[in-house]
Amino acid sequence: MTPEAALAIAGMALVTYGVRAGGFLLSAYIPQSGFAAAWLRHLPGAMLAAIVAPGVLTGGPVEAAAAVLTVVTAILTRNLFAAMAVGTIAVWLGRSVLPLI
Amino acid sequence: MPDQHESASILNGLRLCLPVAISVAAYGLVWGVLAGQAGMTVAEVAAMSALVFAGASQFVALELWAPIPPVWSLIAAALAVNLRFVLMTATLRPLFGHLPKRAALWRMHLIADETWAIGMAEVAKGRDGAAAMIAGGLLLYVTWVTSTVTGRVLGTGLEDPTRWGLDFAFIAVFLALLVSLWRGIGDLLPWLVAGGVAVAASLVVPGKWYIILGGLAGSLLGAWQSTRKQAP
Repeated sequence: MTPEAALAIAGMALVTYGVRAGGFLLSAYIPQSGFAAAWLRHLPGAMLAAIVAPGVLTGGPVEAAAAVLTVVTAILTRNLFAAMAVGTIAVWLGRSVLPLI
Repeated sequence: MPDQHESASILNGLRLCLPVAISVAAYGLVWGVLAGQAGMTVAEVAAMSALVFAGASQFVALELWAPIPPVWSLIAAALAVNLRFVLMTATLRPLFGHLPKRAALWRMHLIADETWAIGMAEVAKGRDGAAAMIAGGLLLYVTWVTSTVTGRVLGTGLEDPTRWGLDFAFIAVFLALLVSLWRGIGDLLPWLVAGGVAVAASLVVPGKWYIILGGLAGSLLGAWQSTRKQAP
């Protein structure tokens, strides 16, 4: 390992751990009621919506259809694995079978 | 020794994170192969996966890696891609705040997008989200380190995971978790705004900034909505 590689990996590790620990440490100074508390309560759902939206909406018809199937499965079964299996199989079928038709 | 309730929560967390771990293993293998092509040694792959443990930033690092790696560019890119973790771990005080500071702090290294989301969904159901998050985090950590090193050692010959729809597995997991976080119609507008801002940002801003921008926009709107309702 070159000194540059060791330094780069150590630096990447440091900043990444810094943001992980930093959010937790900073949260001690965030009030437990009012606007800030409501903001933290809304953060998980909004972050998840932000994570999935580009993949679903800019992917194409196969991904969009698979996303609908995934959500329906999740609502009906409340089962993470079932929803993931349905979505992944739908995308696999869409990508491998549709081009043949 | 953990009591019965706690071991049940740990087992539950492992069970919930198992499908995610399968996808992570597939991506770890691919990243390991690509890392070899980018010129990383086995030791560098093992060190980066164990110490950084953040897939998206490690994929970005491969774009920058060189025989003499550009130290500051790599660090800046890792910071930019991983800054979203600040918003995630800021929500964890109710889960880990009761622990001694040192115990809570080492656990933060294990927080990943998927396990964080699974843990928060468990909290929303009134279950032990902390145990699920840490048990799942350990599972993903071991999976990530072993699969990236395996990919690096095996080298080429591995197939493109997008062919099998495995890239969609992550989106499917996040979608299902989003369903479980639904608390009522009040969530609709913040989530639509979060998604809309994220899509717009993903088209113009590089990297993972769209998650931060969309998440901030949606959560601030949600907070504004719910505090406005409470006000007289």
